[in-house]
Amino acid sequence: MAGTLEFSPDDRYNAFITTCRQAPFADGPLAGTAVAVKDNISTAGIQTTCGSRILEGYIPPYDAYVVELLRSSGAAIVGKTNMDEFGMGSTTETSAFGPTRNPVDPGRVPGGSSGGSAAAVAAGLVPMALGTDTGGSIRCPAAFCGIAGLKPTYGRVSRYGLIAYANSLEQIGPMARTVEDVSRLMSVIARYDPRDSTMLDRPYDHRPSAEIKGLRVGIPEEYFGEGVDPRVGESVRDAIGVLEGLGAKTVPVSIPGMRHALAAYYVICTSEASSNLARFDGVRYGPAVDTRKSWHEAYQDLRLEKFGTEVRRRIMLGTFALSAGYAGRYYAKAQIARRNIREDFERAFREVDVIAGPTMPTVAFRLGEKSDPLSMYLSDILTVPANLAGIPAISVPCGKVDGLPVGLQIMGRQFEDERVVDAAYAYEQEVRA
Amino acid sequence: MITESDIEHIAELADIGISKDEVPAFTTQFNAILDYFEVLDTVEGKSAPDAGIVNVFRDDEIQPGLSQEEALANAGSTEDGFIKAPRVM
Repeated sequence: MAGTLEFSPDDRYNAFITTCRQAPFADGPLAGTAVAVKDNISTAGIQTTCGSRILEGYIPPYDAYVVELLRSSGAAIVGKTNMDEFGMGSTTETSAFGPTRNPVDPGRVPGGSSGGSAAAVAAGLVPMALGTDTGGSIRCPAAFCGIAGLKPTYGRVSRYGLIAYANSLEQIGPMARTVEDVSRLMSVIARYDPRDSTMLDRPYDHRPSAEIKGLRVGIPEEYFGEGVDPRVGESVRDAIGVLEGLGAKTVPVSIPGMRHALAAYYVICTSEASSNLARFDGVRYGPAVDTRKSWHEAYQDLRLEKFGTEVRRRIMLGTFALSAGYAGRYYAKAQIARRNIREDFERAFREVDVIAGPTMPTVAFRLGEKSDPLSMYLSDILTVPANLAGIPAISVPCGKVDGLPVGLQIMGRQFEDERVVDAAYAYEQEVRA
Repeated sequence: MITESDIEHIAELADIGISKDEVPAFTTQFNAILDYFEVLDTVEGKSAPDAGIVNVFRDDEIQPGLSQEEALANAGSTEDGFIKAPRVM
């Protein structure tokens, strides 16, 4: 049953950077299923740009492990999706290839940075897609576009072939219209790979179960506080009420380290980015550097021209946060804050099985609304804690405010991705019934 | 407080390139972000190595890698099978 899938979508929301008109596929559990792949995941023979001019025209000579797994499961890789440049944004507006629009309301952003993957799924161009999540980049666009998306436990999905932004935080994960499809795609990609030295051999082989009687659901007050649109909070509380109706018990919990989460996250991710993105110098890949100029002049000219403003801002912030005299105040403190937050979650998970709250504090922004960088960063406050703690977190649609989708976020213990999938599945089945 | 000349210095350190007309906006945004980062001054706890974490080693075995042709395919400038870079001196 192997063959070729013809793919010529009406990409009116600019979800794709590259499409593959003739997508070959093999036999397997996903035989002939169209899957879109975020453009920071390497695909042999298919341009991979990270949404940046600095990788325009780059054709990877090898597949990321998740792409190898997709191909061998029979998936047809139909294109590479738009994203904030190098994943640095929450709106998909920092892409060098123009913003993606939200299929629910084209005057709104789809969220980011996996906004192209979310929009492609929400618009019905593909049933499922891969995204990556460094500080919420799967869950934010899933929430804003009204689809489901899972950030797996750190170490559950191979990062081999993922073009790195912040290694200690990011994971590749599945996005789809239903939790069941999220789980199916997760079963394909969560396989041990010795080439990612941060992986553990904990494959995901799970069929979602809607049986959640007795599940203890933690409700952190910090997720319903200042900055969270009360109507979003109310939608999420209603959704938690549905879980209670299915036999779950709610328990108040607290994550006091949340007050440091966002600052710690931005110090760590920019520090890692400043090191990771040093490799983009036009020597080994991407538009060529002018080799007649001197070393520093050549790099500075190329990087000024080819990197967007947000990427340059984050490289500079990270360079500063790691510089002599400041590293103790910023980077070292951020690492302590990170450990405190992880311990807060461990403490909470002694009392509860999962923790629930909103995915995003608001509904999707208007295009151009977040022009100030700090105000964009602040919108990540509810998603970054799961990345800092390395725990699994899923976003599942739970109603609308002003006609725009709201996401219910469910977080779990490390390597209990199955449990957060089950809780999200139970909710989804109940409200669809 | 970060000054405009600090911003130019950081850009130089990062080899990132910055144009004169960007410097004022970068300076303002940097200061707003660093003000926000001040919350980290209130973090309690000492940095200590994580207990119970062990290294996972593997044998240093030769694995197939990219061919020279594949490795050079994306380079902007090559000569005699090598990648060409800007001059250092």
